[in-house]
Amino acid sequence: MKNILKSIFVIFVLSNLCAFNVFSSEETNKLLSNDWSFKGFTGKFDRASLQRGYQVYTEVCASCHSMKLLSYRNLAEEGGPEFSEDQVKAIASNFEVTDGPNNDGEMFTRPAKPSDNFIKPYQNVQEATVSNGGAYPPDMSVLVKARSGGADYIYSLLLGYDDSPSNIQLDDGVYYNTYMLGNKIMMPNPLSEDLIEYNDGTKATNEQMAKDVVTFLAWAAEPHLEARHRIGFKAIVYLIILTLLAYFSMKRLWSRIEPKV
Amino acid sequence: MSDHNYVPSSKLGKWFNDRLPLLSLSSHLREYPTPKNLNYWWTFGGILTFCLMAQIITGIVLAMHYVAHADLAFDSVEHIMRDVNYGWLIRYFHANGSSMFFLAVYIHIFRSLYYGSHKSPREVIWIIGMIIYFLMMMTAFMGYVLPWGQMSFWAATVITNLFSAVPFIGESITNWLWGGFAVGNPTLTRFYSLHYLFPFLILGLVILHIWALHIPGNNNPIGIDVKKPSKDTVPFHPYIVIKDLFALLIFLILFAFFVFYAPNLLGHPDNYIEANPLVTPTHIVPEWYLLPFYAILRSVPDKLLGVIAMFASIFVLVILPWLDTSKIRSAVFRPMYRQFYWILVVDVLLLGYMGAMPAEGTYLLIARVATSYYFIHFLIILPILGHKEKTIPLPLSITEPVLEDSTNKELNN
Repeated sequence: MKNILKSIFVIFVLSNLCAFNVFSSEETNKLLSNDWSFKGFTGKFDRASLQRGYQVYTEVCASCHSMKLLSYRNLAEEGGPEFSEDQVKAIASNFEVTDGPNNDGEMFTRPAKPSDNFIKPYQNVQEATVSNGGAYPPDMSVLVKARSGGADYIYSLLLGYDDSPSNIQLDDGVYYNTYMLGNKIMMPNPLSEDLIEYNDGTKATNEQMAKDVVTFLAWAAEPHLEARHRIGFKAIVYLIILTLLAYFSMKRLWSRIEPKV
Repeated sequence: MSDHNYVPSSKLGKWFNDRLPLLSLSSHLREYPTPKNLNYWWTFGGILTFCLMAQIITGIVLAMHYVAHADLAFDSVEHIMRDVNYGWLIRYFHANGSSMFFLAVYIHIFRSLYYGSHKSPREVIWIIGMIIYFLMMMTAFMGYVLPWGQMSFWAATVITNLFSAVPFIGESITNWLWGGFAVGNPTLTRFYSLHYLFPFLILGLVILHIWALHIPGNNNPIGIDVKKPSKDTVPFHPYIVIKDLFALLIFLILFAFFVFYAPNLLGHPDNYIEANPLVTPTHIVPEWYLLPFYAILRSVPDKLLGVIAMFASIFVLVILPWLDTSKIRSAVFRPMYRQFYWILVVDVLLLGYMGAMPAEGTYLLIARVATSYYFIHFLIILPILGHKEKTIPLPLSITEPVLEDSTNKELNN
């Protein structure tokens, strides 16, 4: 019992110490911000940016990061990148999935279908961890919602690589990042100018790729954001009108009574 | 109940009502005489009833799609968010609904404290209310565990570990609660089962709460008894119904803002990371509505005493009707109590803030002072104040102060 008591106390103290660091570092490092099109009461995703963002994900991030909660069919759904059905079929068929067992009891590989989940770069967490020098590349399905600062944070992190100050010693496989907690990150800078060739001819600057892929990740984390904003706007207008009607009915009813409401 | 004389107009109605007096009940609810000077702070009872029903209905739908298993729970919540038709709406409504429920219940409780609604003859209403509040906290806590994110898992670990502070049998209790030697799948499944059960217990208690209310009738802003029902009261329907509806709609606009435009603002980002027993989050915090209690828990250096202080902070509320010795109900006529009331409000808000801050240095010191003051307010100030305070003379009836401008201004403040 003493041990549990102690460990709880240590957890409290440690967690609070760390939390304090989070606060103080956040104050000194203000996140880079972008004028995200999906913020605000009627915010929508930039369709072209989503499509480019998918390209960045699949050509750059996907070699280490999984997105296990997404399926290829999501890419064609309303409010997302809205690729055409045929495009999605073509995209999916580029990937191979293991299926089975078949009637002979054997597993087999086949091209992916739109209904399949995004294929994962590694079989499991352990393989992902050991292949990346001991740092697990997190699944990116809900990453934007799982980080304080959200889209701004991921955007800042992608553009936050810098030469380390002379007073910080970095081990092999550790990189300096202005926005990472403790400034040390195991992921090498994933972006460089003209790293990819955008299908739509946009120039692939670091800022452009970061913006596109973060837009894509924001959609992946919140695929119904556009519907939410649309329905929310209607719901609130409806509620305001109903409130006014209720208010005037109330005034009318209470006009018979003293004191009035 | 004042309307035993109700007779249904139809023959069938009379036949049925003689066997099960539902029509009498419905008549009573419509005619229920309500003080006509109730202000908008009295609309939160209706709002809370709405919140409970909304949580139950959205919760039942969520339960149709949720999978209570440590390996599947996180993904099943995401399945609701992504693949279930309007699942995102139902889940965000339910998740933000708990915050809105607590917002409303805190206003409801502090309204009682201000106008003395907990005093004779309404002690039983108050005590039932406190039991509801306690069950609400347990339900909300268990609901927070179900998505099986990092904060779910670690909140469950911290809170269940509190019971290990009980001397001698502490460890057995925690093992019994967990269904194992750590928080795991058996913990998740039992929390799910109880999270489904408790709202119905709350519903039953709400019925008792309202029943107990309908015996003495509502308190009111000036806190004196109804003298002449014909002059001082209005029938519940339509006067109070329309007023409650209006207030509910305003409340729903705020509710809708959170659900549609800031659905994750009140949650913690870490809860979108799947639970991992090997990685402790940097900062374990409960949901905002539990923060004052968390601050009290942490401000006591000894773990067992901290747990006792936390439960005592709720228990002092249960015995409040006997701690508050003043015969005058409403703070409107208690100038001293009014000051202390607002100090208590600030104190509780301060405790909430300290609950979110690290328990160290100045924060810890402030939390300790605020915790001490919380208990001093209830255990020392209130009992003494009732005897010492010079109160303002009460009006003769509910309708009287309306005629006098000076008191009326007081009421509107």
